[in-house]
Amino acid sequence: MSHDTLAPTAPPRSSSPMLRVADAVAARREAAMGAFRSRWGGLPKPARYVPGALLLLVLVLLPVWDKSLRASTGSGIPVIGTPNTSFSGVLFLVGAFALCAIGLNVVVGFAGLLDLGYVGFYAVGAYTVSVFGSPSSDLATAYPWLICVPIGIAIAMVFGVVLGGPTLRLRGDYLAIVTLGFGEIVRLTAVNSAPLGQRSGISNIPKPPGERADGSKLFGVVDITPFYWLILAFIILILVLVSNLERSRVGRAWLAIREDEDAAELMGVPTFKFKLWAFAIGAAVGGISGGIFASRQGFINPDTFDVLTSILFLAAVVIGGSGNKFGVILGAVIVVYVPERLRGFDESLFGAWFVVLFIALGVTLISRRKSLLSSTVRAAATFAGGILGLVVAVSVGTQLHSIVTDVGTENPTRLLVGAVVLTLIVGLVLLQLIGLAQAEGARIAKIFVGAFLTVLVGAIAPYVFDEIGDGVQALRYFAFGIALIVMSVFRPQGLLPNRRRATELADRKKEVAAGVNA
Amino acid sequence: MSTPEPSAQTPDAVHAPDSILPDAPPPGVDESVDLPEPEAHVSVGENLLEMRDVTLRFGGVTALDGVDFAIKRGEILGLIGPNGAGKTTCFNVMTGVYQPTDGTVWFDGKKLGRRKKYQITRLGIARTFQNIRLFPEMSALENVLVGADARHKTSVPGAVFRLSPRHFREERDGHERAMELLQFVGIADLAHTAARNLPYGYQRRLEIARALATEPTLLCLDEPAAGFNPAEKAELMDLIRAIRDQGYTVLLIEHDMRLVMGVTDRIVVLEFGKKIAEGTPAEVRDNPAVIAAYLGVPEGEPTDVA
Repeated sequence: MSHDTLAPTAPPRSSSPMLRVADAVAARREAAMGAFRSRWGGLPKPARYVPGALLLLVLVLLPVWDKSLRASTGSGIPVIGTPNTSFSGVLFLVGAFALCAIGLNVVVGFAGLLDLGYVGFYAVGAYTVSVFGSPSSDLATAYPWLICVPIGIAIAMVFGVVLGGPTLRLRGDYLAIVTLGFGEIVRLTAVNSAPLGQRSGISNIPKPPGERADGSKLFGVVDITPFYWLILAFIILILVLVSNLERSRVGRAWLAIREDEDAAELMGVPTFKFKLWAFAIGAAVGGISGGIFASRQGFINPDTFDVLTSILFLAAVVIGGSGNKFGVILGAVIVVYVPERLRGFDESLFGAWFVVLFIALGVTLISRRKSLLSSTVRAAATFAGGILGLVVAVSVGTQLHSIVTDVGTENPTRLLVGAVVLTLIVGLVLLQLIGLAQAEGARIAKIFVGAFLTVLVGAIAPYVFDEIGDGVQALRYFAFGIALIVMSVFRPQGLLPNRRRATELADRKKEVAAGVNA
Repeated sequence: MSTPEPSAQTPDAVHAPDSILPDAPPPGVDESVDLPEPEAHVSVGENLLEMRDVTLRFGGVTALDGVDFAIKRGEILGLIGPNGAGKTTCFNVMTGVYQPTDGTVWFDGKKLGRRKKYQITRLGIARTFQNIRLFPEMSALENVLVGADARHKTSVPGAVFRLSPRHFREERDGHERAMELLQFVGIADLAHTAARNLPYGYQRRLEIARALATEPTLLCLDEPAAGFNPAEKAELMDLIRAIRDQGYTVLLIEHDMRLVMGVTDRIVVLEFGKKIAEGTPAEVRDNPAVIAAYLGVPEGEPTDVA
């Protein structure tokens, strides 16, 4: 029997010329990356820290720069600044999401456990800090922030273990459903229990200690920059700790569980124990993020911790590149920053942004490679995309309905037509993407149809939503629903996938080939 | 069972001259590398694993029916039988994937009982899979490290702050051992390649290295030669013998008669979940029940198996 037929090596050669070009481009990029990596590895260790340090410096200085520009010119940083909302506030929210994405990545990206209720841990962290810290809570302990946060982490971890203990025997879809339920249970508990403030929530949540030179509080309500720096520091700390785990027996056990749970256990991995650890660590990181978030808000209520937030956490992980801790940070930037950037935008510009976003996505997708992810995560993406699509469809429908039935509306017919057209397009996109994804060998058709339809949606949607005062809010998430689906079909490994091995492989294959033929 | 071969007793004769792989050097067994010593030292002869009257039923189907045999320390035992005879099921009972409906499995003087799969691995039984089940996105080295980690103790508290000296010691020892094992099975050059990108034959070798990394006393190989050409099979036989010579006990499921007859010390034959024969390769080869099981009841003509 020939080895070539059995060896799962190179992806099948594509027949279409365009894809051959895409393959060639990918191969050249691979080679360039390999060369870059070997040169990079040759640099002395301090030199390798320089780009990271510079990036960190830029990240630290961003809000300061924005503030000084706002003071002098009246508008913030050009292009990347957020003209209609506080830039440091957006940066902070990106940070909070990034921290959650790092934590969720341990669960989803490393251990391959699909968790759709991650917001539950975020909520537990936030509520613990609030209950223990706020003088107006029922407990009225009013502990300072520095004590509240460790309590929040500990309780979130306990919740992780409590949720994981009975449910981690479940796999795949079943685990996803149970965790989805968990997130809702936490929210509904907060809604219904008096000590947690019910719908009105808890206020007077303590802030981290610290004073400026002039005696005013460092962590205030107006300037969010210190909170942003705080969360940046936590992100770096957690990244270091997670990397430590990733490069240890624990990280290998997680990957082995993700790849083949049964084989892992037969190779001596106590799978249940390590899955529980993944849950506990994910929960702890979510708890930290929630605790800092609550403190920055000063006030929380259950509305912040809905399913949509869970889905957005997962979206950050999937879009950014599940399994890559830097990729998921990029994912958080996309999930949080882009909608905030689009807030209150002029419609025509908004449409342009939208189209640009999708064209960029389309270009990235054309250079897609074989999936580096397990089917679990791909299923997660499809599932999340589906739910998000559903949420958006329902909210858009409700919105349209309320506007159409509103007496003051001038032109209900036009709105209805718009709604029908939009629904048709969304349905078409969904059907095309999902249907074509299953038909192997139709890659080019997929890319064209997908790109065409997404651009069409991008072009038409702003006009439709032009009619709806509050529609932009819905459209922002609509964009992510579509983006998620497109991602899950064309680039399931995420924008910034874990590419180390792919590159190593490319180098190695060449070496082997050269070695044998010589 | 496709290539019955009377002269299989002299396996050296079947060495094919040319390279086994078109695109890579023949890995072969690197005799210069010694396998790390298994924990318990070997004294050939005494029973290492005993299947005592093991029965396994799935609903109405009896997959194993009173199977009773023993594996002796230091031997290579072949487990053969037609498709569906229950060979892999036997493996699954030994490794804790299934609990026997009746009967017990004893290993190294201990009853396996309700031990978890990973606990049985730590007890000293390691296996490979009929359908390769590596961790595809992990490198070859990492695959073996996962096996080596079966003997390690570092968990989250030790690893997260990188403070535990044991963590560093285990990482260093694990890497050394994993590289030795990769060298032993002949794929050390490909240590950093993702398992899914290894050629098929190397994937089989990697599975063996990963199983050996768990420091087993008993190594169970489930059709390790499936999909191999004759030259590769010969190499595999050398590898299996080399493993035994290092003091491991080997249980081998294999369809290829030449390989089984050439490499094993004893053979157990299963059919429809029952043991129908046991003995040396020569005895089993001449056993009429075995011939009947494999070729059906002969109609006058002498069978090829004998």
